[in-house]
Amino acid sequence: MLFFYIVLPLFVAVGITLISSKIRRDLIGWVAFSVPVILFALFARHIPSIASSESIQTTFSWIPTYGIDLTFILDGLSLIFVLLITGVGALVILYSIFYLSPTDSFTHFYTYLLLFMTAMLGVVLSDSIIVLYVFWELTSISSFLLIAFWFHRKNSRNGAIKSLLITMTGGFAMLAGFLMLHVMTGSFSVRTILTELPQLTEHALFYPAMALVLLGAFTKSAQFPFHIWLPDAMEAPTPVSAYLHSATMVKAGIYLIARFTPGFGGDMYWFWVITAVGLVTLFWGSFNAVRQNDLKALLAFSTISQLGLIMTLLGIGSAAANVTGEAKALYTFALFTALFHLVNHSTFKGALFMVVGIVDHQVGTRDLRRLGGLMRFLPITFGLAIIGSFSMAGLPLFNGFLSKEMFLTAVLSVSELPIPGGAQLGWFIVLVAWAASLFTFVYSMILVFRTFTGRPIIDEEYKIPQEASVGMLIPPSILATLVIGLFFFPTILSDYLLKPAIDVLVDGGSALAPDIYAWHGFNTELYLTVAIIALGSLAYFLLKKWRPYYQYIPSEWSFNNLFRKTLSGYERLGERVTTRYMNGNLPSYFLYIFSFFIIAVGVTWFVVDPIAVTFDSPSSITVYEGLLAVVMAAAAVAILFAQSRLTAILLNGVLGFSIAIFFVFFRAPDLALTQLVIEAVTTVLFLVCFNYLPEWKVEKLSVTKKVRNGLIAILGGLTVTIVGLAVNNYSKFESISSYYEGSYELAGGRNIVNAILGDFRAFDTMLEGLVLFIAGIGVFTLIRMRQKKGAEPRENQ
Amino acid sequence: MKINDVILKTVVKGVVLIILTLSIYLFLSGHHTPGGGFIGGLVMASAFVLLFLTYDVETVSEGIPISFKKMSAVGVLISVSSATFPIFLGQPFLSQSFGYFDLPIFGKTELATVTIFEAGIALTVVGVVVNIILSISEGSNKWKA
Repeated sequence: MLFFYIVLPLFVAVGITLISSKIRRDLIGWVAFSVPVILFALFARHIPSIASSESIQTTFSWIPTYGIDLTFILDGLSLIFVLLITGVGALVILYSIFYLSPTDSFTHFYTYLLLFMTAMLGVVLSDSIIVLYVFWELTSISSFLLIAFWFHRKNSRNGAIKSLLITMTGGFAMLAGFLMLHVMTGSFSVRTILTELPQLTEHALFYPAMALVLLGAFTKSAQFPFHIWLPDAMEAPTPVSAYLHSATMVKAGIYLIARFTPGFGGDMYWFWVITAVGLVTLFWGSFNAVRQNDLKALLAFSTISQLGLIMTLLGIGSAAANVTGEAKALYTFALFTALFHLVNHSTFKGALFMVVGIVDHQVGTRDLRRLGGLMRFLPITFGLAIIGSFSMAGLPLFNGFLSKEMFLTAVLSVSELPIPGGAQLGWFIVLVAWAASLFTFVYSMILVFRTFTGRPIIDEEYKIPQEASVGMLIPPSILATLVIGLFFFPTILSDYLLKPAIDVLVDGGSALAPDIYAWHGFNTELYLTVAIIALGSLAYFLLKKWRPYYQYIPSEWSFNNLFRKTLSGYERLGERVTTRYMNGNLPSYFLYIFSFFIIAVGVTWFVVDPIAVTFDSPSSITVYEGLLAVVMAAAAVAILFAQSRLTAILLNGVLGFSIAIFFVFFRAPDLALTQLVIEAVTTVLFLVCFNYLPEWKVEKLSVTKKVRNGLIAILGGLTVTIVGLAVNNYSKFESISSYYEGSYELAGGRNIVNAILGDFRAFDTMLEGLVLFIAGIGVFTLIRMRQKKGAEPRENQ
Repeated sequence: MKINDVILKTVVKGVVLIILTLSIYLFLSGHHTPGGGFIGGLVMASAFVLLFLTYDVETVSEGIPISFKKMSAVGVLISVSSATFPIFLGQPFLSQSFGYFDLPIFGKTELATVTIFEAGIALTVVGVVVNIILSISEGSNKWKA
């Protein structure tokens, strides 16, 4: 059943592409909208049963030989994510129907978006690490397609490539980590791995596997120093940014770490690496958000910072595994806060992205230097912006306040860790977290007040902006309602979603989970918050005084620059190496191919196992066979002396047809048929290629080159001949032909060749079909989409 | 000089029909006798190629309004989904089954799911081969112009 939930968006996506030309374009949007709505309702039905700590499981066997099954499990942790994916997904799609301009392709947009939805649901529901990995990469691919949605813009393409490179590199690392986990535990199931991991801390692969899995999670969740792809990903249409790059995809890394917490949690390296990376990201993100002038870039850095915050909490909370009593409650509190803030962040950040989208859509710019005084023109949007950013800043009456307070509590608890110097380190962490919160407050204020208050900057192009349409206002309004609703009624969320999820992370976690209160009395957290608000307001008013200092941070030392340099360095190196041997000269390619063949087959066989060629029982050669062999040899020799290309092609055809006749002699009608048709088609192919080929001329070669070529030709022929003769006596392996003799009983076919193709080795056939298809598309694009001389590159048109 | 190709055109009309019939025969007979999806597809592709060679591309595309690109995509889709389908019945990926049925005209006939899979392969082969030859020949025309 879960499997059908996952593939439903995919099916609808395929359906959309098939019928897109037949239906009205806004209908496509509404069809796409119905998918997450239905899925949300279907998943929401499971809330009560999951809350009573049940889980739902569906299994299909996929590759049973290797123990890889399509197992999908819906438990507390997955439930939070699937509700976010479908809930935010529904709002974003609704919003996008009104956001996209008439020139945008609805078909592409919603196909990619639904593809992403399938991928993301797959990530959070898969139990098999291999299946999880496949869906994980699929999220990267769909994200790539969506970032490059406006692919005629160079920045969009670059942003898409950057995000793909970084997240896929992490993905590969994660795959390697997963394989190590499989080697350690012998299982592909996440649940089994998690139960066995705590006993395997001494295993040599424990830390490599941990490091690689973390790498995957950090790249995906845009953690320092891999965060550089997220600001560039803001080239995507705003609904995509709201959905993928703030609410769901970037939380896949969070999900992965949360999922693996029961396995790796309790290890000190896991604790410190995640906490440290999270803290650095938290600070660096908020520190950089303040300097941004582009509203979306500001939100991107803010997202990075908030992801760092959740990561820090997961790091601190991971210690819950190996302690008991009061300490365990303390760490469980951190994990609980991480999940709580995850939900909160999705609500307020989603709303803010939509607000920025509205500003961009109605005003035509999202550059802070050109914005101001929009309060009068966009009053509803202004209200939504207030709710979103005040929640982000951690002000009371909004859900961000609750999780921010709990975050400070969790950070304060680190100083109670029983490690040397823990107290000092703990206070340092508190300081960093507090400073990051201060910057968070400042950029939240910038977002609202720089955009909506002050005087509008009026120049010639200025049009008085109109309030957005109702369709664009409803989705952020729903999120804003949640922002306020969760402040007053956090218990509902806590009881039905967070507590079942915390049970997955920590054994008996729900009993230790705290109750959420808005008012804690006068404690350190409250004083810290008051200090943030007071100092933050001061900093906001003095912004003009200190923001210019940002320009003294050298840009050459940034990770962006490192990334760019590495990439262009690799490109140059690759080009230099490749042009060395790819010189466009067909004969030299043949030289490589045959030399390799001689070494790989001839020499290896000779060294490993000397070949015995015996002529014990040769079958008799008939006259026809002999004649045919003579004809073939004559044709082969004649090609060497051909004076025109047409003669050479015809002689080549003689060879091909002769081989077909040989197949007939040796009673291989299938092969003969194939060979005959292939010969015919190849000849046609040659004819149509004639125009491309350069003039036929005999190459003048030096004697040494001629000798070399002749030697390779003779050796190649010799290898084939010897192998052909030796095959008869080869007895190293048992012949597999006996296995196929049962084709009639096993596959119901008397034609063994086709039983092999369609049944015994159908997997090969299927993939060959796929390869053929890709090759066809390749030929088509290379020839038909070729750039005309002097024309602008196609992607810029 | 204007080439008079009346004979070619007339002959091809008949021959293509024969080749197409042969290709379908080969496709269906593959289970027990020589033939099968790949060969059947290849033969069918060669029939189309013959048509395109004899008549020009515009005439043929008017008469046979098939997108060969889409055909190859549909072929891949059929073979992959027929391979995936058994999973939903609790069978491993790519399981094939067959049975014998009494049909009105054919008598006792064997029907096998592998035929669906092979049909996908055949469509892929036809689509890709024709598509490659068409794109190369059209590209070369532009090259001259």
